[in-house]
Amino acid sequence: MSDWHSLLFWPDSVALSVLALGILVILFMYAARKPMHGVIHSLCNLVTQSTRFVSRWLFLSAETLRLRNQSVLLAHGQESASAVIDREFERVTNIIRKDMQEFPALQRKLMEELTRIEDDYRKCGEVPPPPPEWVSALESVSQIKSGGDIPRKLLEDINKSIQKIHDKTVAEFRRSYEERHKILKTLNPTWRSVEKLIGEMGKKMVTLETNAKQIDGHMAKFEGIRAKDNKTEHALTTSAFVQLAISALVMVIAMGGAFINYKLIALPMSEMVGASDYISNNLKTSDVAALVIILMEASMGLFLLESLRITQLFPKIASMDDRMRHRLMLASLIFLIILAAIESSLALMRDMLIADKASLMRDLASSAPAVTESWFTSIPMAGQMIMGFVLPFALAFVAIPLESVVHSLRTVLGVLLVQTMRGLGFALRFFGVIFRRFAKVLEMVYDIPIVIPLMLERWVIAMRKDTAD
Amino acid sequence: MKKFQFLWIMLSATLFFSSCGDNRSHSQGVYMLVDTSGTYAQEMGKATKIINYLLATLNPGDSLAVAKVETRSFTEKDIVARVTFDKRPSQATQQKRAFKSKIEEFAKGVKGSAYTDITGGLIQGAEYLNETKAGIKTIVIFSDMQEELGKGTVRDFPIKLDGIRIVALNVTKLGTDNADPRIYLDRLARWEARVRKAGATDWVMVNDLENNMESILVTR
Repeated sequence: MSDWHSLLFWPDSVALSVLALGILVILFMYAARKPMHGVIHSLCNLVTQSTRFVSRWLFLSAETLRLRNQSVLLAHGQESASAVIDREFERVTNIIRKDMQEFPALQRKLMEELTRIEDDYRKCGEVPPPPPEWVSALESVSQIKSGGDIPRKLLEDINKSIQKIHDKTVAEFRRSYEERHKILKTLNPTWRSVEKLIGEMGKKMVTLETNAKQIDGHMAKFEGIRAKDNKTEHALTTSAFVQLAISALVMVIAMGGAFINYKLIALPMSEMVGASDYISNNLKTSDVAALVIILMEASMGLFLLESLRITQLFPKIASMDDRMRHRLMLASLIFLIILAAIESSLALMRDMLIADKASLMRDLASSAPAVTESWFTSIPMAGQMIMGFVLPFALAFVAIPLESVVHSLRTVLGVLLVQTMRGLGFALRFFGVIFRRFAKVLEMVYDIPIVIPLMLERWVIAMRKDTAD
Repeated sequence: MKKFQFLWIMLSATLFFSSCGDNRSHSQGVYMLVDTSGTYAQEMGKATKIINYLLATLNPGDSLAVAKVETRSFTEKDIVARVTFDKRPSQATQQKRAFKSKIEEFAKGVKGSAYTDITGGLIQGAEYLNETKAGIKTIVIFSDMQEELGKGTVRDFPIKLDGIRIVALNVTKLGTDNADPRIYLDRLARWEARVRKAGATDWVMVNDLENNMESILVTR
């Protein structure tokens, strides 16, 4: 209490001392008004300028990053699209090579069929020779002026002959039509064959047309990428997000598989590397060894898929000559099979260890009844062994989503980074604007305690002005 | 020159990775003292159960020894069975079976001794556990904690139990304890003070063997 009292002008009269101090402070503040306003302005300006500068830098950096992302995205998209187009062209080439090479034979066959049809058709059109020229004979007989019974007889003979020939001709015509009908009947399979051949050709043409349409679609996409239009960029970015989500989901599933795999081999690994060795306080060497085995399987799978050119994470493998790539593929496959066999045997060992431990526990407890051995007790063991062999191969396919994650993650992170930088830039700009206004507020706040001297100043100035006027 | 450079890099990498390993011992060492004096020899069934529990709980790489408390227990002759389990689980299981057989044989032919030298057993146990270099050391005393020394047996000197947990099991009440419980409580307090003074990290007493057996060992 007495401490701060000693600081007062008149320790006995606090109010008077405070009043005196207040007046002194007001006078000081009034005197220091201009420099203080300057300081406030300078400080606020400093902050505003700094934030503006940083914000501008952020916007510029974001733009640079966006352009970089765009070029990477488009380059990657172009690469993917060209790969797809290549594949489509390859498919079309295969179709043309496989199917179109059959076209000359098909055409020849078709031509033969058509010739046969034409011949048959021509045969159908052939009419038997007309009856002898009885008409002109009859005309000659009718022109005989005199006669008696001779012409009549002649005519009767002719009539008889005609009748005979007519019957013969009719029979001949019938036989001929019958033959032609037969020929027409035999044309049916030929027509069917022709129809089938045309159908086959049509189907092949439809496949080719579908592929051509697909190529058109990919080409349009490719052209869009080449033209760097926003629509294609947006589509590629969205595709990257979708790819990342799908790949991440598959990776999570694969991690589940890897965890099961790890559980299968962690215990038996202690039989190899010892159960009481620790790498850190809680990390057993056997657990790490099991993890290493799983990672090795995944790596071998990755190399296998790389050498099969399914994934392209390592350009060096993709650019290897075919013989070397084939060797690498064989080596990774052999390693993978060996690792799968090891894992399968480890799964068997796990089952044996567990059974042994369970038996010991029974012995130690000496009260629990022994488990009866039957065929179904070996089902889990068989299941474990099969899983141990299959899971490494299943894990090998992780390389595909991994590649997808690697490619799409760059785009997604790039987009997120650009958005963050823009957001930060905006926030800083906003902060700068607020600070510029805040300088005014601070000036006003400073002026509040010295409002009386300020009023006096204004009054004096006004008075002087009046006097001067 | 390049070959040497490669070798040098490989050597450095090997040294680096080998230094990453945890050199601390994570194994447990358990030394169990079984009181065979007087009427306590009848409690052998319970002791066998506890040994079985220890066998079931201990892991590969751990050590276990069972010794009887007799007239003078500071001798290896009193160790009934001892084993350091192999690092391989399958071998450890075999060792556990063999250990169990030894204990069963011992339990069949146990004879009561005239005196109870718990201190001698503790010194012997500490010596054994220090030799095992286990990370966690525990001496389990299956006794009523009533020490009775024979003539000429000197045990009234400070002992060393640095870094060792002491677990007293099945500390039964004697006839005199029932008459005056303070005797029992004083006895326990005296033992606790003595082992703590000797440097023991912990003093645990477990009388409920049905439900509180987990307290015998510390979990890693």
